[in-house]
Parts: sequence; structure tokens; C-alpha cells
Amino acid sequence: MAKKNYIRPLDIKNGRIDMGHGAGGRAAAQLIEELFVAALDNPYLRQGDDSASFAMPLGARMVMATDGHVVSPLFFPGGDIGCLSVHGTINDVAMSGAQPLYLAASFIIEEGFPLADLKRIVDSMAAAAREAGVPVITGDTKVVERGKGDGVFISTTGVGVVAPGVDVAGVNARPGDVILLSGTIGDHGVAILSKRESLEFETTIESDTAALHTLVAAMLQAAPGGVRVLRDPTRGGLATTLNEIAGQSGVGMVLEEAAIAVLPQVDAACELLGLDPLYIANEGKLIAICSPESADALLLAMRAHPLGAQAVCIGTVTEDPHHFVQMNTRFGGRRVVDWLSGEQLPRIC
Amino acid sequence: MKYIDEFRDGAIARKIAERLAAEVQPGRNYSFMEFCGGHTHAISRYGVAELLPMNVRMVHGPGCPVCVLPIGRIDLAIGLALELNVIVCTYGDTMRVPASDGLSLVKAKARGGDIRMVYCAADALTIARQNPEREVVFFAIGFETTTPPTALAIRDAQRQGLKNFTVLCCHVLTPSAITHILESPEVRQYGTVPIDGFIGPAHVSIIIGSGPYEHFSEEYRKPVVIAGFEPLDVMQAVLMLVRQVNEGRCEVENEFTRAVDRDGNLSAQALVSEVFELRTSFEWRGLGEVPYSALKIRPAFSEFDAERRFELAYRPVADNKACECGAILRGVKKPTDCKIFGTVCTPENPVGSCMVSSEGACAAHYSYGRFRDIAIVAETA
Amino acid sequence: MCLAIPAKLVELLANDQAIVNLGGICKKISVALVPGVVVGDYVIVHVGHAIGRIDPEEAERTLELFGEIAKFEAQQAELAP
Repeated sequence: MAKKNYIRPLDIKNGRIDMGHGAGGRAAAQLIEELFVAALDNPYLRQGDDSASFAMPLGARMVMATDGHVVSPLFFPGGDIGCLSVHGTINDVAMSGAQPLYLAASFIIEEGFPLADLKRIVDSMAAAAREAGVPVITGDTKVVERGKGDGVFISTTGVGVVAPGVDVAGVNARPGDVILLSGTIGDHGVAILSKRESLEFETTIESDTAALHTLVAAMLQAAPGGVRVLRDPTRGGLATTLNEIAGQSGVGMVLEEAAIAVLPQVDAACELLGLDPLYIANEGKLIAICSPESADALLLAMRAHPLGAQAVCIGTVTEDPHHFVQMNTRFGGRRVVDWLSGEQLPRIC
Repeated sequence: MKYIDEFRDGAIARKIAERLAAEVQPGRNYSFMEFCGGHTHAISRYGVAELLPMNVRMVHGPGCPVCVLPIGRIDLAIGLALELNVIVCTYGDTMRVPASDGLSLVKAKARGGDIRMVYCAADALTIARQNPEREVVFFAIGFETTTPPTALAIRDAQRQGLKNFTVLCCHVLTPSAITHILESPEVRQYGTVPIDGFIGPAHVSIIIGSGPYEHFSEEYRKPVVIAGFEPLDVMQAVLMLVRQVNEGRCEVENEFTRAVDRDGNLSAQALVSEVFELRTSFEWRGLGEVPYSALKIRPAFSEFDAERRFELAYRPVADNKACECGAILRGVKKPTDCKIFGTVCTPENPVGSCMVSSEGACAAHYSYGRFRDIAIVAETA
Repeated sequence: MCLAIPAKLVELLANDQAIVNLGGICKKISVALVPGVVVGDYVIVHVGHAIGRIDPEEAERTLELFGEIAKFEAQQAELAP
């Protein structure tokens, strides 16, 4: 067997990314082989091509989704940019009712970024992909000069396939439909905020980042045809997501504040910082809008799944030409839950 | 959360609402002004309006320090950042206030201005320490609640011998604002202000105490009830005001006894008067020049005064002609009376001061209460 | 802006600093404006500073005042024909 040309392995412990790693030459190849492929390891990547090819069922409807990840800090309680990027795109694909199949990942890394941190991120991606059963089959890396990149940015694209008869889309909500929420809100945003320098506070809250595709599959099975809309309330939170859907479907909504669960520490953090949990990002929760007849079966299926244990009905869809999302407050009054205006939290996804 | 949740109890809210319904005199209209941004926010966020009797109207006064900050002051801060390469530190709420030339602090930041959001004045000191070769200016806004932390920062800067830290002081005073509303000759222009009583601000009163309102309720014969922050506090205060009006009393009552007493926080007051003194006059957005309503830095601390160090000259800038903020801040018009409310002027693109901060009357109404306007329109159609 | 919140003082530190706990969240703030506060006190926090102390007796009294309304209602109900 021919002897390989590499002199010594990557110094993961003390090494840093330099411009050579992005040049496409030997250093780049070594980085890909020893760090990326070693962690993400699958037959597609081992081929060493710039692309991956796969077969699709005949006549299948495909779904494709893409996400850029610029979260700061890179490592936060409960996760990191690596697993976040895998979960995020899997979820986007799953929200169309599709089964996610493959991921592509592209990295833009800043000169000087520690290899140890990069390995930690890529290992986390690999673990998330393995656990979800959705491999990263192709990728790319680029390096930018120091000061031009803030550590690392990751972009992921996913493809999936929708089973025949499944029609889940933002335009499908109808007056009378029921709105379900899979769990507590605000966890991810608060976990990120707690690590922001100027706001530092001590908390045990962790990000809820998770891949929701198996929960979605269980739901579709429990109520075929009953699920009209699925969406994960990421940036802008529950409020923004519901307003989007109300706009797309041309309906209004009425929510019950008492039904929306918020962990006590998330509540406290929001009080302290003057934020509203309704507008804070979630990375492991979903909203489902379903036909009234299927609500019970769906809740049962959701609660049987680890990621939906606290699933609950939070409101109903109404006839409303103004597309308002209204809420009956715990206090006994009523208010509009409007779009987020301005920016509540920078760089949380 | 203790001292928070108990004061948001919906069951008690209903009880107070029933009490209110029983005590308001039929055929009589009650109009109460609150001028604490926190009260505006509490009323909107919890939907308190639904629980009040139809003949009780809540009017939002000039209680939001961001909303009353005139364009000219923000222009000064933007100028410091863009022209003099100063690091400008400010609270988050100030960032989006629209100023001249279509700019705001956040837009100036996008143009390359080094403008940083801080959570507290002490953070600005830290930035000054970390950047000894740059000038750092803390753009200080706020009512009496926020002034003591700024005073502390200036005193600490002096103790630490910081040479690159100054404060652009735009702190304003509450009682003078209320007096100005009731006294202003422009009241004749807009029509009389039918305010029957005031809900006194919660946290300003912690600092200044309930004392300062006494002269003012005697002079103008209007009842004042100082209320805590939570929705139950506000409802209880409305009940106490209704009782005063019914009984013909004009007293200062304190609902927020758990945090406010007559004297207030004396150490905070002492610190503030050590560092600051009154300006003879100061422009408030929407209200014009108000005498003895704002603070400036005393000569003893002049080395920390940004206006002196950078020789800043204040230039007043007029508001948009279509903007009804002046009348809205005085309580003579409602947000929906303004022609550009919700169309040209929205939270994303605020034209006037009342839309700028989430505590401003127009912003609060837009974000939380808009659905009620539509309902009214639909019913009368 | 006018945001202020009651939190429990759990630890006093040097230089007029302290740690407060609000619903399980811990944060470092300044207590320079409230000389004499002790661990266990509830303070009102605004922009990173404690600006005042909550008087627990007055708080109790205020809640009772709200509760009186409920009692009054009950009494009225009893008196009603």
C-alpha cells in the first residue's frame, strides 16, 4: 500500500485554524479527513467527492430546507452551534410533514479558531446526526481572515420526503381548528442570554435544542389528515410564529395565557430583563394546528413521546379579517399578541 | 416569584373590578392619568382596561423617559459617535428613537458608529476602563429612578480617576412634568384637560417619596394615588381614586406602602444632589421647554460632563407636523385620533415619541390594544 | 425602562455588591443605594442597582386590603335579601 504523504496528525489539542486550511491543498484535505470525516463518518463522506448522490422513491414529493447558524456564544448550556445546526434543519424539513433523509453542512471558520473547539463542535454535530438517523453526506469548509468571522458560522441544508396524502403547510389553518404546543417556551433564548457578558446571570436553564422529526412522525401516524400546520417557534418565539401562520392562512387566533407553560426560572429571567417569553426562541418545541376531531388523539401521541410530554392545547383558530392573534390573559383581560417589533435578542439562532 | 405573583392574581382582580363597578357613580365620567411607563405597560400587557367600568378612562401621560427625549439630544449622541469616534453607551430603549436625517442610534451603529447597549451605568465605566485610549460617553436618560445609578457612576469615575469617561445627562424630573401639563397655556389650545386624578409612579416614588406630590395635589386640587407596579396595584389605585373623586377629596394616598414612604430613599437623594443640579429649562419632546424639569452635572464633577468636554451645542429639532404626540402626552387626544397612527407611524417605523418605546401610549396601544379599535369600528359600521 | 423587580438578597459581597435571587435566577447587583440591607431582605432592582427595600408587613397589609374586598363582597352577599 502506498505510504500517505502526511507528516504528522493534526494537533487538535493546541492547534488553530490558519489560512492554509481553507486553501484547498494538503492542509485542507487533512483537516477534512482527520476532523470532519472522522467524526461524521459515513459511506458518502468516505468517498471523498465534492457531492453525494442518492436515490429517491419514484414520484416522491421532496422537501428541502436550509439554515444559517450564527449563534453567540458558540457553546451554551444544553448545546452548541454544532448540534443546533443539525436539529434546526431537521426540524425545518420535518415541519412540512416530511421525513428528513440527508444533511449538507458548510463551515466558514475564522483564522485562529482553536482546533479543539472545532472538534468539539463537529463531534457534537456527529452525535446529533447519528442520534437522529440523518447523516451529513456532503460538506464544505472555508477560512476567512482573523476578525472577519467571529469563530465559526455553519450553514446546513436538509432534504426529506413527504409521504403521499400528507399536506402540512402554513396556509392550511381554518377557523375552528385547535392549536397545540409541545412544551415549555423560552428555554433556548434564556439559556443563550445567561451567557451573554453584560447580562450574566446564574441559572440552571438549558437550551431545549432537539430533533423533532420522530415526534412529527408519531403525530402524523396518530391522526392522518388531521394535522394542518406544523411549525417550530424559533426566532421571534411563539408570538411571531403564530402571527406568520395567521397571515398565511388568513385567519385569527385566540390563545389562553394560562395554558402556555413557562419554566419558573425562564419566567424569572424574563422578568429580570424585561422580556416577554412569547417572543423568545425555542429550538426543541413545535406548534401544531389540527382539526378539532383529531386534537385528542394528537395530544395522546405527543404526550407519549419524550419531546411532547407536556403537550397542551393553547387556543383556537378564529374567523378574523384582521388576522389578529389575541390572548385571554391570566389576569382576566384580553390583549393582542403582536409581531415582534425591533430586536429582542441578537444572535440567538 | 414572591411579591410579584400575589399581585397578579386574576381572582382578586375580578373582585376589585366588581367593587369598582359598584362604586362608580352612573352618568359620571372618570379620567385618570398615569405617567409611569411601567403602569402603561402593566395596563396593556394584562388587559386591565377590560376589567374597568366603561366610564373610567385611563390616560397615558408623559411617563416614558425615552418618549420625551427630544430629537436634538439624540442628534448630540449620534454626532459624538459618528463624527468624534466616541464610544457611546446607552440603555437598550434609546437605540431606536428616531432622530434627524432618518437616523437613530441603531442606524448610526450600522453606519459604523461605536454605539453599545448597556444594562447599567456601571457597564459604561467598565468599557471606559477597558478602552483607555478612547473617549467613552454614557448617554444617561431616565426619571428619578434611574438618576441615582448615574450619580454613582460619576462618583465612582472620580474615585477611580478615569480620564476618558463622561456623561451626556438627560435626566428629567417627574413632578415638574405633571405641573407643566396642568398649567401650560397650550392646554387652552388643545382644550381643557379633564383629568380627575393621577396614579403616581411606582419606582420614582421609591426614590423621591410621597412628599413631593402633596404640594401639587393641594395646589391643583387633584387626588394622587401612588401605585405599585403590578396590575392589582393599579386596579386598587383606580378604586382609591374613584373614592376620592366621589367624596370630593384631593389627597395624596399611597397604595405602594410596601416600598414607598413619605421621605423616599434619602441616601439616593443625597447622592443625586451631590452630583447634579437643576437646569433652568429643558426641552421635552411633545411638551416644549419645561422649566426646572431636568438635571445637569455640578461644577465639582464638570470633568465628567460630556457637554463641557466636547463643547456640545444643543439644537432643538421640530417633530413631524402630522404627529399628535403633544396632545396625546397631555391626555387630550388618543392614539387613534392621530392621522398617522398605525399607518405611517408604527413600532417598526416610529415617527413620534409615543410610538418609540414599548411604554409609550401609541406603542402600547398598537401592540396590545389595537383589536379594540377594530371592534368599535365594526360595531358602528 | 421603568423596569424594576423585587428580588431576595442572598449574599453580600465587597464594594457594595450583592447577589440576589429571583425565582431561582441569581444575579450580581449593586446595593450602594440601600445601605443597611441584610441577607434575607427583598430589594427592588432597577438597572443593576437595588433602589429600595420591600417592607414585608406593608406587603401583607396591602394583600389583606385586596382580600378585604372579597370579605366585603361575602358580607354583602349574606346581607342581600
